[in-house]
Amino acid sequence: MAKDPRDADLLFHALADPSRRKLLDLLYVRDGRTLAELCEHVDMTRQGVTQHLDILEEATLVATVRRGREKLHYLNPIPLQDIYSRWIVKFERPRLKALDNLKRRLEERAHA
Amino acid sequence: MPRSTFVYVTYIRTTPERLWSALTDPEFQEQYWFGVRCESEWTPGSSWTMIHPDGHVSDTGEIIESDPPRRLVIRWRHQDQAELRAEGDALCTMELEPAGPAVKLTITHTIDREHSTVIKTVSSGWPSVLSNLKSLLETGSSILRAKDVK
Repeated sequence: MAKDPRDADLLFHALADPSRRKLLDLLYVRDGRTLAELCEHVDMTRQGVTQHLDILEEATLVATVRRGREKLHYLNPIPLQDIYSRWIVKFERPRLKALDNLKRRLEERAHA
Repeated sequence: MPRSTFVYVTYIRTTPERLWSALTDPEFQEQYWFGVRCESEWTPGSSWTMIHPDGHVSDTGEIIESDPPRRLVIRWRHQDQAELRAEGDALCTMELEPAGPAVKLTITHTIDREHSTVIKTVSSGWPSVLSNLKSLLETGSSILRAKDVK
């Protein structure tokens, strides 16, 4: 693999397109779909869908499995979890801590 | 055949040997699996048990294939809730492939029935476990603690 597979740019680029987000939404509803099945639900050419799926796969948001001559597409939530861990948890934690402290102080006062 | 499957892929900057050891060493597992450990001889035919911090066993099974550090297949049955136990055995396949400076880890969990609750249940746990595993192997510390996960 030539590119750094962890490249966050690939991930955010892949997410920054409504058609690709639509494909992810479709896979969220039911994954394990073929290209033909996905094409039925979007207003895009087969070629367009293929290109979007390639970008999603390169960003590891979509994983594929071969079954005979078919290629099945699965939603891979791991990079989204990485975004959550990297960008959300650490910013959330101080706020949760502050709320927790406030609650404790108010309760202490109520009991005093 | 109707079946339910999920496929999870993550790239981890480590070696296949280190990743294999992280996946099969109970002491190491506890650090990224929120205290859960999986005990087994990790050889084909040996039993496999998932044990929680309070000693409770939630899942049992058997090693079907073991090809270190490339491929591990576990027959996996949930034991806690009757509804999940009734769905029978699921197969969990872990594949490790070198990918440049990283290792591509693919986890596939399959059961031979449609709309499986087992698959829905286990699939909700894997993302935070894998994210923690990745962080632990790459930086030496896990990001999420049990209380961060809803």
